[in-house]
Amino acid sequence: MKIKNILIKVLQYTFLISVFVAAVFPFYWMVVGTTNTAVDIIKGKITFGGQFFHNFKTLFAKYNVAGIFWNSCKISFFTVIGQLIISSMAGYGFEVFSSKTREKFYGGVLLTMMVPFAALMIPLFKMIVRLHLLDTHLGLILTTLVSVFLIFFFRQSFKSFPKEIIQAARVDGAGEFRIFYAIVVPAMKATYAAAAIYSFMTSWNLYMWPLIVLQTNEKMTMQLLISSMSSAYFPEYGMVMSAIMISTLPMIIIFFRLQTYFVQGITGSLNQ
Amino acid sequence: MTVNPKMPRAKATRAKKRGITLHDKYGWLFISLSVITLGVFMLYPIINSLYMSTIASRGMIQQYVGLGNYRRLFGDTVFLQALKNTLLFFGVQVPVMLILALIISSLLNDKSIKFRGIFRTGIFLPAVTSLVTYALLFRMMFSLDGLINTALLATGIIREPIPWLMEPFWARVTVMIALTWRWTGYNMIFYLSGMQNIPDELYEAARIDGANKLLQFTRITVPLIKPIILFTAITSTIGTLQLFDEPMSFSSGGVTAATIGPGNSLLTLSVYIYNLCFKYMPNFGYAATVAYVIVILVAVFTIIQFKLAGDRR
Repeated sequence: MKIKNILIKVLQYTFLISVFVAAVFPFYWMVVGTTNTAVDIIKGKITFGGQFFHNFKTLFAKYNVAGIFWNSCKISFFTVIGQLIISSMAGYGFEVFSSKTREKFYGGVLLTMMVPFAALMIPLFKMIVRLHLLDTHLGLILTTLVSVFLIFFFRQSFKSFPKEIIQAARVDGAGEFRIFYAIVVPAMKATYAAAAIYSFMTSWNLYMWPLIVLQTNEKMTMQLLISSMSSAYFPEYGMVMSAIMISTLPMIIIFFRLQTYFVQGITGSLNQ
Repeated sequence: MTVNPKMPRAKATRAKKRGITLHDKYGWLFISLSVITLGVFMLYPIINSLYMSTIASRGMIQQYVGLGNYRRLFGDTVFLQALKNTLLFFGVQVPVMLILALIISSLLNDKSIKFRGIFRTGIFLPAVTSLVTYALLFRMMFSLDGLINTALLATGIIREPIPWLMEPFWARVTVMIALTWRWTGYNMIFYLSGMQNIPDELYEAARIDGANKLLQFTRITVPLIKPIILFTAITSTIGTLQLFDEPMSFSSGGVTAATIGPGNSLLTLSVYIYNLCFKYMPNFGYAATVAYVIVILVAVFTIIQFKLAGDRR
């Protein structure tokens, strides 16, 4: 029995460690890649080389990386703010002021999750052209402002917010919007952090829609830059790796800083 | 706009008589922003593309064809290939990934395992990478003389390099490995959150009754987090049936490539829609038709999954 238990433990750890290594290794390889030449990267060299500064220098010399990075930041910032405001208000409205009619609306909202973006793409594209928003960041942000998943997520989370507090605030004469932004929002920090990470992750990593909307090089995002660099006839992989690192770093930093909130927020929404 | 809930009773009853209670008024106000944006950027496009799917266009010439576009699908070999590829990704990758995520999360939920936080963070980490990024990393690692082949050759597991991205079968395998890498940790977080809500006493009682770990897993863990499994199954279904970024990034040449993957083995429905709109002579109507095939597939699979889960809602 003892030996069997030890064997099981060994198997468990071996499994976990191999999954862990498989998950983390590409990140290590990405960091290593920024220090190697294109040939070494393709051959799969896994030790550090001395090309780090060279790779970054050529990247910054060839492309307006700072400008492109700024584009990505700007787009993601406004998308996150917009999505948080719109979907948290909607989630709150559906949950706290529920009624039969709005319940039907909510069902309809959830149903739209089934429609693939590809189905919306063409009408949206035509709309953007008609509004003269083609090749503008505003066009991109406007069309991605609504996130059905986040409406669902916020509503699930607001279920755990004690209704008595809202009631008490009403008795004290606070207006409904004031209750929302002065009491509910600050109390649900973890939920907002989780939603912000999710929202930032999706908008920062967006590829297909920006590819269609943004057409000139000045408007490009990091993802478009990486994709266009890699489809070159002979990509300079060292440089590509540097660009990948620049575009992945913000995500990793944000995730590590807000990780506990993220897990808390998801747990909170699943509690129901 | 700023109606005080403490408003005089007379005013409140007058509002009620008009059919709008304060409750309703704030209900609509709070959801108004989302209803407007959803209406403009979601509902209108949905209706518009449904209408478009009844029109055939070739450049400037447009013609109403009714269900003609839908009939055309059955004879379109490229479409059938895309459909087959998409279903293959869905049928193989989603179950493998979800089962793997379940196993990992149940291990990480075991309090006797050390370094659980580190494992969790590490395994979730792939979920922060962008689709373009990880597709590119994997393309480099899985090239013919790349890292994976070198490692496999060195350890003697294989004698000859595997043509990862050059043969249809291996190309699909590579994309599936990459997808699993990217999304397993993401699903794991949902399962772990759900498992934290299962009281320890349940496992305690099961242990006293002599149930082993496997039995505890199948009889306690899985049934209790079934709603979450259903949720991840549905989101994964939607994601896989709409697969676009990965096939695009994995096929060399990207957007301008002649075929998506060797022998179009990575051509998915979404990629086909993109090609119909922006690569060939634009035929928006037919593209919209293909998009509705995805809608129908998602609807059918979602209903099946709800039925399988036996959820009353």
